[in-house]
Amino acid sequence: MTNSKTNVTELTEVTIRFAGDSGDGMQLTGTQFSDNTAIFGNDLATFPDYPSEIRAPAGSLAGVSSFQIQFSKLDIHTPGDDLNVLVAMNPAALKVHLGDVKDNGTVIINEANFTKKNLNLAGYDCNPLETDLLKNFQTVKVDMTKLVGTATEDLKLAPKLIARSANMFALGLVYWLYGRKIDNTVDFIQKKFAKKPEIVEANLRALKAGYNYGNTLELVKTTYHIPKAKFEPGCYRNMMGNQALAYGFMTAAEKSGLELFYGGYPITPASDVLHYLSGYKNMGVKTFQAEDEIAGVVSAIGAAYAGDLAITATSGPGVALKSEAIGLAVMAELPLVIINVQRGGPSTGLPTKTEQSDLYQAVWGRNGEAPCVVISASTPADCFYTAIEAARIALKFMIPVILLSDGYIANGSEPWRIPDVDSLPEFENHKTSDPDGYEPFDHSSEFLARPWATPGTPGLEHRIGGLEKWDGAGHVSYDPENHDHMLRLRQKKVDIIAEEIPDEVPYGEASGNLLIISWGGTMGSVRSAVEHIHLENKKVSHVHLRHLNPFPKNLGDIIKRFDKVLVPELNLGQLATMLRAKYLVPTIQMNINHGKPLKTSDVLNKINEILGE
Amino acid sequence: MTETITQPIKMTRKDFVSDQEVRWCPGCGDYAILAQVQKVMPELGVAKENFLIVSGIGCSSRFPYYMDTYGFHSIHGRAPALASGAKIANPELSVWVVTGDGDAMSIGGNHLIHTLRRNIDMNILMFNNRIYGLTKGQYSPTSELGKVTKSSPMGSLDYPFNPPALALGAGGTFIARAIDRDQKHSMEMIKRAHGHKGTSFIEYYQNCLIFNDGTFSDLTDKTTKDESVLKLEHGKPMVFGVKNSKGLRLVGSQFEVIELNGAFNIDDVFVHNENDKNLAMILSELTYVDHLPTPVGIFYVKDEPTYEDMVHSQIQEAVSNKGRGSLEQLFKSSNTWTVE
Ligand SMILES: Cc1ncc(C[n+]2csc(CCOP(=O)(O)OP(=O)(O)O)c2C)c(N)n1
Ligand code: SF4
Ligand SMILES: [Mg+2]
Repeated sequence: MTNSKTNVTELTEVTIRFAGDSGDGMQLTGTQFSDNTAIFGNDLATFPDYPSEIRAPAGSLAGVSSFQIQFSKLDIHTPGDDLNVLVAMNPAALKVHLGDVKDNGTVIINEANFTKKNLNLAGYDCNPLETDLLKNFQTVKVDMTKLVGTATEDLKLAPKLIARSANMFALGLVYWLYGRKIDNTVDFIQKKFAKKPEIVEANLRALKAGYNYGNTLELVKTTYHIPKAKFEPGCYRNMMGNQALAYGFMTAAEKSGLELFYGGYPITPASDVLHYLSGYKNMGVKTFQAEDEIAGVVSAIGAAYAGDLAITATSGPGVALKSEAIGLAVMAELPLVIINVQRGGPSTGLPTKTEQSDLYQAVWGRNGEAPCVVISASTPADCFYTAIEAARIALKFMIPVILLSDGYIANGSEPWRIPDVDSLPEFENHKTSDPDGYEPFDHSSEFLARPWATPGTPGLEHRIGGLEKWDGAGHVSYDPENHDHMLRLRQKKVDIIAEEIPDEVPYGEASGNLLIISWGGTMGSVRSAVEHIHLENKKVSHVHLRHLNPFPKNLGDIIKRFDKVLVPELNLGQLATMLRAKYLVPTIQMNINHGKPLKTSDVLNKINEILGE
Repeated sequence: MTETITQPIKMTRKDFVSDQEVRWCPGCGDYAILAQVQKVMPELGVAKENFLIVSGIGCSSRFPYYMDTYGFHSIHGRAPALASGAKIANPELSVWVVTGDGDAMSIGGNHLIHTLRRNIDMNILMFNNRIYGLTKGQYSPTSELGKVTKSSPMGSLDYPFNPPALALGAGGTFIARAIDRDQKHSMEMIKRAHGHKGTSFIEYYQNCLIFNDGTFSDLTDKTTKDESVLKLEHGKPMVFGVKNSKGLRLVGSQFEVIELNGAFNIDDVFVHNENDKNLAMILSELTYVDHLPTPVGIFYVKDEPTYEDMVHSQIQEAVSNKGRGSLEQLFKSSNTWTVE
């Protein structure tokens, strides 16, 4: 399809960022590019980044919205650090993102929006397209809006609709640049706007105009080819983190034969979990949009008592409100999952930006000795399995589990190999209907799980609550010995889970100079850095923790086999502190708090710095 | 609540008495209410295992421990939220909330109003002693202005809530008032609350012997109660006083006391209609008016679909439109591609 005079160069991987005003449709453009790339067969990872203002003033720096994707013929773990291509739909987008473009990278610009007003809004004194600001880049300047106007002249469209379709022009152009077909996006546009034929036509013509523009004008001398990646055989789809959480819990409900109850209150970046679940009423999912976070978790506790698989999702501020109730769930020994999709804190902080600063809160953030199980998801697709693991533990051990995700993996996406439903494990729970010898707080089972007698079961009437209770019979007790015993018992309920979760196996050698320990959404960046350093034959290994409370039981032994331990985190050193406290080892911290995902290059630099010492 | 399950063996009060020693102060109004509930429950035709009693924190909230049913003593103010989750999870349950004036209207005010507006089928018994009992006697959101307590030595500065008006304003579909000392009437209110499908709210006047003794004595004292209590009965004229010698008539939008001894007769007395929300609003305003009697009984009832029924009918609708979803379908619900 490519013009015969253009060369095709093969590349291993490419990072592209689509950036524009919030109204420019960059998220949709990025998602389309990702879906198409996935279907083509590259491995990929994406990172949408959008402003917290719903409608920031058009053209302003605050209103810039972007979508980044890295795709590759190899197995990749992150949406990439520096950009090969930046699509900047307006001056503000150029201003915000130009610094991330590699030398000699490609910058594609919609000239139409480089008006005096927009330049002012972006803080440019003079038009950067007329200065040598872009001299180190391959710049493609196109008046996309005008060309879309020409392509749709006969349709007599409103200027607004023409301007809004410029994103499809940009998409078409990038498809051409990477030798991609436009068919999937054509299908998508036809379905998405089926009820508005005018919009379908405008978008399709814009898409084709962009594609043909590249093709016919020999815009650049080279187009690129990124061969398919080698994937494990199977059926794949794209998966976003919050979506994967919803899928994971629906799977857990089906596999445990329980009904799924979700109670929660909307909060960025967790709301999508509620949005997804509320769309699956035909799977029997009950969603309850409560009046606040407290009612969200408390209604879930009520549903758990009544026998449902009960979950609640929120972000850090919401967890703060739920804390007292989480303590109640600890005391009542009920199965419950609390999802925290972390964002920048403290207080309202950076609602749309990512961070890992709620680990202390998860592990220690309640009144009294109120231990919870804490686990974390590491990639968008991993959210699926982490949700299943959270539900499994909650049900098997009759205990609340806190699942930590973050804004980066919540909104990011990656290819997900669809599992065979029959291969997923069925789970056990402790429901009982046998009045013989029944005691509500009987802890004689192997894992100290108490029986789950749900209201409606004849003969098992009993009372539970937040007051200290007598081990076994479960009546209220102020007995000093019993209180001490019960505190230890609830702690032990968490600790013994370590016996049951798989041992950690370091990536890399079992011993060496440097061990990197990470958790949550930094998995991809750290793993990429370690893969890189292995090419230089350096003895660096990586442990990425899913289980944060309790830790895997062999973690202490692994740590002992390395000279140094590095803990990179998007906080001020929370896991590092926990590791020091538990294993009495010195840990080297690496803490970056930019509200952005960790960069592979930053980890690499840190590794080299340590190894060079 | 309108369960159709019938009890094979006839139950009695004893079936609802738990093995826990009751620990309220001797003479506390809570004892009377406990006895009333224990007497009514066996008569409701609900299997014992289907009762769930949820409470918050406060003296009143100890209630579930004394009932031999399923019970959850939760945290301060949150009982309606917990009860909501349980009822949505299992609509077969007969769900009851026992709460105090502080529990329901201070810390838990948000859950109370939202539960009322959603009309989730449960019976909320709010024990109103116009004081914080458990924390030893601070004024509550229903204490009268100027109340002298431990935390208000010069008198409280907060205007009180008017519970029936608050419940009406929140969209409640069953709003009643009962008095701990009037066993027969209270039991009738409990039965009616149970019979109403939707959120039933009973403001239960309850004497706290230790920190607020006598707040309701006008309404309970033999010598004064006839003159100060107006028993609302649907379709009946609003009469009160010794030998029902007085009545209320409506002048404009205000009630006025009339003596039924010549100048006025029973036909001049306003007739109660428990389905009239405007009337209920006016009646609720009588709560704090000195020269008018205090209404007890049912202020307002209205049948509306309940939240949990609507949740489950949406689920049924989705299943009948799309078919019961499966994991296979779910997983393949977007573009997929196959790697050989
Ligand atoms: C989060 C929290 N804040 C405060 C308290 C202390 N507290 C317990 S009961 C109560 C007030 C109870 O008053 P009310 O609801 O009227 O119940 P009563 O004791 O009068 O029946 C307070 C303030 C608590 N237990 N939890
Ligand atoms: S303090 Fe008051 S409300 Fe509490 S038990 Fe004693 S009398 Fe009853
Ligand atoms: Mg009180």
